[in-house]
Amino acid sequence: MILNIARKELKSVFASPMGWIILALLMFAFGTYYLNGVNDYFEVMSGAIRPAERYGVTQFVGQNVYGLASFIMLFAVPLLSMRLISEERRSQTLPFLFSAPLSLTEIVLGKFIGLVAFLSILIVYIALMMFTLNIWTDIDFGYILANSLGLFMLVASFSALGLYFSSLTSQPVVAAILSFIALFALMILDRFFAGDPSNTMAKLSLMNHFQSFAGGLIDTADIVYFVLFIVTFLTLTIRRLDADRLRG
Amino acid sequence: MNNLTVEAIELTRLYGGREAVSNVSFSVKQGEVLGFLGPNGAGKSTTMKMLTGNLAPSAGSVKICGIDMIENPKEAKALIGYLPEMRPLYKEFTVDEYLTIAARLHRVSSKHIKKAVENAKERCGLGHMSKRLIENLSNGYQQRVGIAQAIIHSPTVVILDEPTVGLDPIQIRDIRALIREIGGQHSVILSTHILPEVEMVCDHVQIIDKGKLVFNGGIDVLKRQRIGNKLLIGFNKTPTVEELLKIKGVTEAEIADNNMMRVRFAEGAAPHEAIVKAAVKNSWGLYQIAPDQTSLEDVFVQLTFHDAAAEAA
Repeated sequence: MILNIARKELKSVFASPMGWIILALLMFAFGTYYLNGVNDYFEVMSGAIRPAERYGVTQFVGQNVYGLASFIMLFAVPLLSMRLISEERRSQTLPFLFSAPLSLTEIVLGKFIGLVAFLSILIVYIALMMFTLNIWTDIDFGYILANSLGLFMLVASFSALGLYFSSLTSQPVVAAILSFIALFALMILDRFFAGDPSNTMAKLSLMNHFQSFAGGLIDTADIVYFVLFIVTFLTLTIRRLDADRLRG
Repeated sequence: MNNLTVEAIELTRLYGGREAVSNVSFSVKQGEVLGFLGPNGAGKSTTMKMLTGNLAPSAGSVKICGIDMIENPKEAKALIGYLPEMRPLYKEFTVDEYLTIAARLHRVSSKHIKKAVENAKERCGLGHMSKRLIENLSNGYQQRVGIAQAIIHSPTVVILDEPTVGLDPIQIRDIRALIREIGGQHSVILSTHILPEVEMVCDHVQIIDKGKLVFNGGIDVLKRQRIGNKLLIGFNKTPTVEELLKIKGVTEAEIADNNMMRVRFAEGAAPHEAIVKAAVKNSWGLYQIAPDQTSLEDVFVQLTFHDAAAEAA
């Protein structure tokens, strides 16, 4: 049942040009950064005299591409998540889902999985693009996998938050702006506490937890953070929809 | 097991302290078509939302085929097909795509989905619209898609909120026939403003006003009320009211429009012949005598108006 809703969401993303355009534009951006990374590699590395300053091409290009990806998702996810519930609210299609034999949890999870599945297409594309480096050199697969997992967790967290804000309003644009502001605040939270990295507030920053993945390190503490973040916002969304049923 | 398909028990719904629906109880038997009547804002749609689990009642409960909507919402919802007032259509899909999704979400097994979609399209006359985007369909066809969506999983109870709004007369006739057909095997609850429609398709009528049930009974009861114990008589030389009241059985008489007299008589009495005889004897010039039919509108206004008067008192 969850998958049926996810299927419906995916179908509706691709029913309009929106889905295709976002995929195309984002891949164009990532491709450009990837090419630039490969071009710059020799220039930069030949400038680095001491061996300690040199590092692998995977990391060099990966930093470029995944750094951009995590930043661009900040804009892309709110644009995609905004319509999930608020659009249904506006066109009054929610009763269609509510009167079907589905629980609210199934509806919310289905929508969440639908969006994450769409974004995963991008993550898989990026990973494949990075793997093509393997044609002319040996690359660090572990680094790419850690980054892909990190990006996946980050995107899933963005989607959960976007889904929640989408359930709050019947104006998709308002939902997009709200979730963008919230995500941006969470991303740069650690900058405010840069002087005191042990501060609890800094620990809440999404970027802070993405950093270890970006370095190629899979840390369970970070995974738990992302999972908790996702569960929190999905639960809030379910509660919001339940309030609809109760308060009308 | 009894054959009650829908039971609403003392349903009450508060909106910020105001009772939108208060203490409404009714039941629907299998194969029955229940008409829901009421002026705007009477609580028809609210009641329907509660029946389908879209809205939680503030008090009371709903049972679908004995399954409680609040305790086992999934099982209960599986038995219902619902068309809300605002059609819940995903306009970016084609008719086929949309109906397939509807079938899938209503747990039609994947083997039967194709057949269910074809069947629903055929019953709603949508066969030639399969590949069209819902967005591009006319209002009437969109309404048909809405109805198709509600019957696709052949539910035991079909709940339609104003199903004939926006349709042309031919489509309305088709939809009414369809409702009758569904009503044969399943139960149908429909709300409407159009009174003749209730007379045509419903077995059972409920009139709701200001959240309260003011009438609940068979359509024949309403029809009887409609005919009533009244005669409309036309005289060339109009007699006085007193003269008419002397005739046995007549309880009330008044002058109506066009020089006609409206006469009310006691239940069971049949003063027709006596009136005719009196007319001949006194040469009143009788030219017409007929039962006075109150229109359904009048009955409706009476029922809803009485309530308002009672409340004011």
